Amino acid sequence: METAPAARRRMAVSLESVPRLARGAKLRLDETRGRWVLLVPERVMAPDDIAVEVLQLCDGEKSVAAMIKILAAKYAAPPERIGADVIEMLQDLADSGFLIEGRKQP
Amino acid sequence: MSPTVDPNSLSLRADPQDGVALLEGSNGSVAARYGIPLAVLLELTHRCPLQCPYCSNPVEMERTSNELTTEEWKRVLNELAEIGVLQVHFSGGEPTARKDIVELVRHASELDLYTNLITSAVLLNRDKLEALADAGLAHIQISFQGSEASLADRVGGFRNGHAKKIEVARWARELELPLTVNAVMHRQNLDQLESIIAMAVEMDADRIEVANVQYYGWALKNRAALMPTLDQLDRATDIVENARVRLKGILDIDFVIPDYYADRPKKCMGGWGRQFFNITPAGKVLPCHAAETITDLDFLSVRSNHSIAWIWHNSDAFNRYRGTDWMPEPCQSCAFKEIDFGGCRCQAFALTGRADNTDPACSLSPLHQTIFNTAQTEAESGSKRVIYRNFSGGTLEAEPSDGA
Repeated sequence: METAPAARRRMAVSLESVPRLARGAKLRLDETRGRWVLLVPERVMAPDDIAVEVLQLCDGEKSVAAMIKILAAKYAAPPERIGADVIEMLQDLADSGFLIEGRKQP
Repeated sequence: MSPTVDPNSLSLRADPQDGVALLEGSNGSVAARYGIPLAVLLELTHRCPLQCPYCSNPVEMERTSNELTTEEWKRVLNELAEIGVLQVHFSGGEPTARKDIVELVRHASELDLYTNLITSAVLLNRDKLEALADAGLAHIQISFQGSEASLADRVGGFRNGHAKKIEVARWARELELPLTVNAVMHRQNLDQLESIIAMAVEMDADRIEVANVQYYGWALKNRAALMPTLDQLDRATDIVENARVRLKGILDIDFVIPDYYADRPKKCMGGWGRQFFNITPAGKVLPCHAAETITDLDFLSVRSNHSIAWIWHNSDAFNRYRGTDWMPEPCQSCAFKEIDFGGCRCQAFALTGRADNTDPACSLSPLHQTIFNTAQTEAESGSKRVIYRNFSGGTLEAEPSDGA
């Protein structure tokens, strides 16, 4: 059972991963409530400001390492300190199927 | 820094992790505190090729001639997007029985609404599904009545339905549509739960909703044929808990238990008029898809001269059981009143004749023990023969398939 196709679709997030949102996950500004939301099947998630920035970087082109570098520069924080947090958050989303290995087909 | 994504959710079902914190302001009048829901259920039609005996549609179904037109549904979608709704669930009946389903999905997507299709799948062909995907459909939920054709097709009252559903699920995967398996559970299929979960994994679904039947409307008519035994429920709970661990990262599992066997009532709809509404085929705006079973309430329609937001905030039907002020004892002084909001009004009405009575699912209801005993008795001795749902008030199954 554990070798079913869905298992292969789930991503193990590493510094080399190139993540993007899956088709069922949509990040948008909720203008009525003045905040960003991540829309997924049967749920509306409310990412905090930094999580929104991380999600906006998940464009299917940047690696996680590149994302961490951008965030570290912006917040003047050491990459090793924020790296683990970013990977943990992305892994949670990947485990739920909302984030997939990116590189869109040309 | 510590990025987080709050998993608090808005759900169509009673769910302890609901998104209320996101929805409510901190002050204002009772009505003003209830912000517009994030998600809305649109019942496009009551027509359906299946005849499931637990259908959540009302027993008195809406005729085709009363259904909102394409233009009316588009106007509804415009209004929903404008007032801040984020997700729409196209449901029915069978929503693909509407010829304009692709057009409506496209219209909703263009408004940036997240679109979900809740379908039996049996009317879909691959071209239609591809058209829906191209129109921006974000997610599809396909109902399954069992893990194998003989039981599933009998419960749905539709020949070869099960095989068709499996085929559509495969197309959904090929089109990269996120897929949820909806499994409605009752005494006659609960023993297939393990294989239904395995089936969902096999078809590469992202999620499965294991929802035990809730007994109003059609399901109440069929309660004796559907009520599970306590043993079955205990086993099902074990199976789900076990599968959640084993399938973490592979299949998300939602589980709704039947409340006749519970001690505490479910937080039905997240509380009446609190975070949910649905729109019926004829355009009535309801606090719950079963609300029309409460016969002394009047529900306003999108065809009235009131806006949807006005109906949500101000109509008598939404305000009648909103919050906690309406509650009689023992609910009024109950420590849990802001946790479960008194359970289910439709169930209170169906079983006690008054919607403001304590939900008999609650152990504090004087009827609780009676309901529990009824459930047990029906589960042990009830017939398997069902009344199929249809427009003529239901049809008793021809003959039991195996020794009921």
